[in-house]
Amino acid sequence: MKTIFELSSPGRMGVSLPELDVPETSELLISNPRENGGKTGLPEATEGQILRHYVNLSSMNHHVDKGMYPLGSCTMKYNPKLHENLARIRGLSGIHPLVPDSLAAGSLELMYRLGEFLCEITGFKGVSLQPAAGAQGEFCGLMLIKSYHKSRGESHRNEILMPDSAHGTNPATSTLADCVVVGVESNEFGLVDPEDLRRKVGPNTAAFMLTNPNTLGLFESRIEELTSIVHEAGGLNYMDGANMNALLGIAKPGEMGFDVCHLNLHKTFSTPHGGGGPGSGPVTCTEELARFLPDPVVILEDDGVYRLCRNQDSFGRLLAFHANTGVLYKAYAYIRTLGAQGLREVSEIALINANYLKAKLAEYFDNPFDNGPCMHEFVLSGDRQAKQGVKTLDIAKRLLDYGYHAPTVYFPLIVHEALMIEPTETESLEDLDAFVEAMISIAEEAEEKPYLVTDAPVNTPVLRLDEVKAVKDLCIVEPSQEGESL
Amino acid sequence: MSNIPEGLRYTETHEWIKDLGNGEYMMGLTFYAQEQMGEIVMVEFPGMLDFNAGDILGTLEAVKTAEDFYAPFECKVVRVNEGLEDEPALINESSYEKGWLVVVKTADPSGFAGLKSAEEYSEFIGE
Amino acid sequence: MSRFVPNGPEQREKMLHAIGAAKFEDLLEPVPEKFRLKEKLQLPEPLSEIELTREFEEFARRNKGAELACFMGAGAYDHFIPAAIDHILLRSEFYTAYTPYQAEVSQGTLQAIFEYQTMIARLTGMDMANASMYDGASAAAEACLMAMRATRKQRILIAGSLNPRWLDVIRTYLSRDDFEIYEIPFLEDGSLDLATASKLIEGGTAAVLVQYPNYFGLIEDLQSVADQIHEHKGLFIVAADPVALPLLRSPGDAGADIVVGEGQSMGISMSYGGPYIGFMAARTKLARKMPGRIIGRTTDRAGQTGYVLTLQTREQHIRRDKATSNICSNQALMALANVVYLSLMGSRGFREVSSQCYHKSHYLEKKLLEIPGVSRVFGNTPFFREFVISFPISSIELRDRMIEHGFLAGLPIVELGDGAMLVTVTEKRTRDEIDRYVSTAAGICKGGRA
Repeated sequence: MKTIFELSSPGRMGVSLPELDVPETSELLISNPRENGGKTGLPEATEGQILRHYVNLSSMNHHVDKGMYPLGSCTMKYNPKLHENLARIRGLSGIHPLVPDSLAAGSLELMYRLGEFLCEITGFKGVSLQPAAGAQGEFCGLMLIKSYHKSRGESHRNEILMPDSAHGTNPATSTLADCVVVGVESNEFGLVDPEDLRRKVGPNTAAFMLTNPNTLGLFESRIEELTSIVHEAGGLNYMDGANMNALLGIAKPGEMGFDVCHLNLHKTFSTPHGGGGPGSGPVTCTEELARFLPDPVVILEDDGVYRLCRNQDSFGRLLAFHANTGVLYKAYAYIRTLGAQGLREVSEIALINANYLKAKLAEYFDNPFDNGPCMHEFVLSGDRQAKQGVKTLDIAKRLLDYGYHAPTVYFPLIVHEALMIEPTETESLEDLDAFVEAMISIAEEAEEKPYLVTDAPVNTPVLRLDEVKAVKDLCIVEPSQEGESL
Repeated sequence: MSNIPEGLRYTETHEWIKDLGNGEYMMGLTFYAQEQMGEIVMVEFPGMLDFNAGDILGTLEAVKTAEDFYAPFECKVVRVNEGLEDEPALINESSYEKGWLVVVKTADPSGFAGLKSAEEYSEFIGE
Repeated sequence: MSRFVPNGPEQREKMLHAIGAAKFEDLLEPVPEKFRLKEKLQLPEPLSEIELTREFEEFARRNKGAELACFMGAGAYDHFIPAAIDHILLRSEFYTAYTPYQAEVSQGTLQAIFEYQTMIARLTGMDMANASMYDGASAAAEACLMAMRATRKQRILIAGSLNPRWLDVIRTYLSRDDFEIYEIPFLEDGSLDLATASKLIEGGTAAVLVQYPNYFGLIEDLQSVADQIHEHKGLFIVAADPVALPLLRSPGDAGADIVVGEGQSMGISMSYGGPYIGFMAARTKLARKMPGRIIGRTTDRAGQTGYVLTLQTREQHIRRDKATSNICSNQALMALANVVYLSLMGSRGFREVSSQCYHKSHYLEKKLLEIPGVSRVFGNTPFFREFVISFPISSIELRDRMIEHGFLAGLPIVELGDGAMLVTVTEKRTRDEIDRYVSTAAGICKGGRA
């Protein structure tokens, strides 16, 4: 499709602004005005042209409201429409973040209550709503842990233990927090090997970072043993809450020996993903760690007034302002809509849906870690198909032709040709059956007409794209045309 | 079946090493490893510095993977293959000739002698 | 059964049967008995849509601050937001999609962000931009880390006239013993103390970071800072306010190597602090050091143009502990808001917004200076959209009294004096509002002094 710049023609405009109603100042602006006669290279088009352009672009996207999005570890569930409207109520959306607290009493009460809900759900006492996404939540968590060790005169503790199945953000966050990663092996059941953990902990252990259920969709059954090993070595336990959709009302991280966890509101609590963000990654933690939480935390004073405050021992600040507040509004709405029973139902159905798919696909795809029920997701291997020359990438692309988004592929790294499938609770039995049919059909194609799979996708707005060219002939901005006025 | 020339030495991190005489050794990425990575799109070279065995010398990037390459023994980098800056895919096209990465110098030849033979490397990668 | 979960008792039973489980609890077998919750979570009873709406309206009503005429800025601004933007943001195709990992079914998001990258690069006068960061402050922190990676030096100099909240974020991101952060003081006229800067730069500085216009609204001379740091082989980071850029020399033209900033001003509501968006632009030679996602143009098997995530080996999902950043989710939908905003405004409209902010803020300043006892804090240094002014009474008291009259008068900055206030005027403020602001403030000051 043409770019917005190609629609541009000088003189067009997509807004109408009022005339300047004050006298122009005669004061000299600056000695250095904008170069090129003030041109900024922005397109010039009418409102109608612009709407048509972006609506046409939008039609090239797959999205949850169109079809199933079984992208493992991303929890692509339905996003309630009312919540979008609520977050846009003027009193909530039109308020400046630096107003005196008394003038934002509504937002503050909502935030305070959301924090309490998240603590109840995870079994913790302290909460920060600030982190803008899961990865920033991880950073927040590791900063709490570092502050804790420092306060005890153990700032040398800089090793973060994590299994080889960890999300890429975990090791990247460890580096950002000036720590080093120590890998812990998984055993033949896809679970952390306690013996290896015992070998790896030591006087430099800062924390053990674990996703539970793990990235294979398996609950770490020996969790108590694992967290105890770390505590005994003087380290703390961090839970990556990316998979919290499996545990709502079922189990609490705070009771399993974890000291801190983050949540992804854009996964578990149905705030939309927005094509890659904004998310929100609140952190909940033990009372012991709460004093280090970032600025600000919301407190309820004895006189019933909500305030923002900075803890004396706070490790600092992660965003200029309080949080991705608009996302918090939607997560609050979700929890209030569902209540305790509704949240439990979310996880129950998420588990049933995942186990149902796993059972239905068992005959057609390898499942290297099928030793009992999975939680909210499971990981298949495309090894059987790969031996016939059809790789997991091909299967993923063929699913696009069938109208589905692909599962997460080639992750976790400990599974060959991995296909990580998470249906979520908002898919109906009928839709799950249709997905199973598509997967079986692709498995058959892989045997009988493999070219259909390796040539895929063919029913999509563009065919398979050349990623090597994208790196080699790097083009990341629209070049200015010769003679075009910038 | 991978192409693993006799007469070169190999590491577990998939570098090949060739004795050039005078304490100089040329190294590159094995055919097997370049095949695993896919088309290489960038090479990040080390400075002309001293390295200990196991130090990261530089980085190779494909589209979906990036791998470091390492000093096989204590050495100093004396030359890098500047041709790869414009044409990193030479590593894929000619992994043992035009696609060489660096030349290093060492005073102690025992490090080289301790590396894997072609046969041992072949066994290592399971072929 | 909630309205979000389609599988009720009938389907549950069927599915459990297919799984080979007698009851749901069988699926919890891997969860040790002692950790299975025996009681319901302690949460309030569920609300219907009508009840929930009522509760939100009540929250909104108690946010009195939203009803005031906003003369407050300091990093978040009350600009006009064209209605068309939300019509695009509310398209399911955009807001219910995930990160565009499967490019063939994500061309909408990918091309929109490619256009966003282009607009940010052009506005800032740089070669390229990434797909967004969480907000301006975290983008600034990431820019410092990027400069340290690129130069292999570990000292960062930061203008003392940077938004203090941003400085706090940078200090948090860079809180390591081996990193040095120095603040460059500012002079009486609010401009950077270049003599001190030049001393601090010596001996291995990765980058200097300057805000443009600075926290006090003052327009810095970028070129002389650029020359100084480049002479010492360091990088120049500019934290730019995009709304000022149609009027001011672009950071790229003035020698910046990395430009970051807050994009909230471009079509995003203030929403009590977020979600906002950080932008980051840079010279091409720094592309591989950049954090975050980058969209690139390529072709498909049939030769059609298409877009993909590119230079992915920088990112956490591939490079893990050696990634350029841990960022994964960014602020993609906010980037869409920015690109639609900038398209609607176009070259002329955005310049008009910029120009109106400039003239209206100067009009207010001039009028305020007519009040006895009111004075400038930084002399006649050129400013854009916001300025620090000193009132003859406590600025905190003035702010509180102005609230009673329907004005959010500004942000008191007591560090610059009891009466000092940072005041902002966007294109949304009318002459009538500005005049009433002045007369109200005059009345309060007069009463306060009496």
